[in-house]
Amino acid sequence: MQPDTGKSHATVTGTLTGLDVAAIKEDFPILNETVHGHRLVYLDNAASSQKPREVIDALLDHYRHNHANIHRGLHTLADRSTQLYERTRRHVAQFIGGVKPEEIIFTSGTTESINLVAYTWGEANIREGDEIVITEMEHHANLVPWYQLARRKNAVLKQIPITVCGHLDLSNVDKIVTPRTRLVAVCHMSNVLGTVNPVRQLADIARKVGARILVDGAQSAPHMPVDVTELGADFFVFSSHKMLGPTGVGVLYGRYDLLENMPPFHTGGEMIREVRFDKVTWNDVPHRFEAGTPNIAGVIAFDAALTYLERIGMANVHHYESELTRYAFERLAELPGLEIQGPQVVEQRGGAISFTDPDIHPHDISTFLDSRGIAIRAGHHCAQPLMRILGKVATARASHYIYNDRNDIDALVDALKEMRKYFGV
Amino acid sequence: MSSSLDEMYREVILDHFRSPRGRKPLAKVDITTDGINPSCGDELALHAQVEDGILKDVHVDCKGCAISVASGSMLAAAVKGRPFAEVLRLAEAVRKMLKGEEDAALPEEFEDVEALKGVRQFPVRVKCALLAWVTLIEGLKNYQSGHGTDKARVSTEDEKS
Repeated sequence: MQPDTGKSHATVTGTLTGLDVAAIKEDFPILNETVHGHRLVYLDNAASSQKPREVIDALLDHYRHNHANIHRGLHTLADRSTQLYERTRRHVAQFIGGVKPEEIIFTSGTTESINLVAYTWGEANIREGDEIVITEMEHHANLVPWYQLARRKNAVLKQIPITVCGHLDLSNVDKIVTPRTRLVAVCHMSNVLGTVNPVRQLADIARKVGARILVDGAQSAPHMPVDVTELGADFFVFSSHKMLGPTGVGVLYGRYDLLENMPPFHTGGEMIREVRFDKVTWNDVPHRFEAGTPNIAGVIAFDAALTYLERIGMANVHHYESELTRYAFERLAELPGLEIQGPQVVEQRGGAISFTDPDIHPHDISTFLDSRGIAIRAGHHCAQPLMRILGKVATARASHYIYNDRNDIDALVDALKEMRKYFGV
Repeated sequence: MSSSLDEMYREVILDHFRSPRGRKPLAKVDITTDGINPSCGDELALHAQVEDGILKDVHVDCKGCAISVASGSMLAAAVKGRPFAEVLRLAEAVRKMLKGEEDAALPEEFEDVEALKGVRQFPVRVKCALLAWVTLIEGLKNYQSGHGTDKARVSTEDEKS
């Protein structure tokens, strides 16, 4: 953990909530925006989070003082940029449970991280008739790359079903994960249902049949402590932009022995050791997987996001968000007929709350809330197969983060009540 | 009250949304077409009865957002009882109006339909307003070629915007 620079308000206090949210709000300049004459109530964090001043400053500082290309230059700025870039790699390694920095690969986001595994490990290890197991609650990012891989290889794509309560149904899991299974790919936390999946249990099931497990942590890494070794993950992927960091930065954690034996993904500069016209040799892990000039400024500023979260403490983040979810459930119950998807028990879920109104379409809900300054997401949330199973064409989704408080939930519920009057249904 | 919100959800639109017209199933069906708007998930079933070159009655069943439901309801009220060829011409005119291509003069009875123009400020919602009209156009054209009851399916995704 980095020492407190004194620039930030984010500290753990002795209050009931555990976080001094009023002070945290002040660290996020965008929260001073007004939308249609109302203060911004930002509840679309499962899609992307806002950025604290320290992250914005880190981006600007980089371009103002330090920018050069990394790893190859012999001048001062090149060295500075390289040092800062590699510092973030070490920081990420520490953030997800203290793995080797070489096990951290920077990508453009969770989607690219998963595609990287599909096109490298997948190409090398999946054969005709092999099975790839996903779940019914996967985001398209953890579905379509495996669908495509299965098609390329004539492999079989299988799904672990969900129960009516929005949990994984593991009652027949031994018929789904079999000795033919090479990979299990599962989200740690569902972006629609909020469900937190039993990843350790699935990792043990996968290991028993000799399969690898990839964990999509896009929704979990921003909101709870993650220790990839404890989880038993062979691959763990997530995005900077959902956890206070810049867009265009993603992480792929892979066990070193797996990465070492994987062919490259993109080819070009940086990922090579030696190039001749008739022979090319690959660079070491992780550089083998980082062809070309990466998002240098974004990676460097991501360090500030991790520092910010660590200063609060991920356990405190998780605890605070659970309390806010509990409060949101209480208040949303004031709206008769409003249907909340996923686990109704706060301990079994995160803070992404998908809901539907019996009479008003999610897009109308979102448009109305926007007119009151409230940002939520409406649609299929890039999980069309799951929506089909839920029997919904779309849902509205409110998702909170460390800078949201009870006032924001109150604003949401009050606006939903007003909306019902407005539409007169 | 937000002015842009009221610009989209005009009172006449909310009125059609609350109590949609044309919900009564038809005794005789000469045209049947389904429309979908994949971006919102709106689904619409359109049935029509044609007699002596007149669109005698229209039944619209729309499950979707306020805009798509209201648009379907307005369609049912506006085209009922009009000559087939005129309906096809007017439906094309409404389609062009909603897409902002051309503001053709519409009959007085299309006053409600004109209120849908407000969606043009909300590009992502234009397809919601279009759904009923492109479904009708598809049904009319299929009827002309003798395939009115083939249960054709049309998607707003095929609309170039």
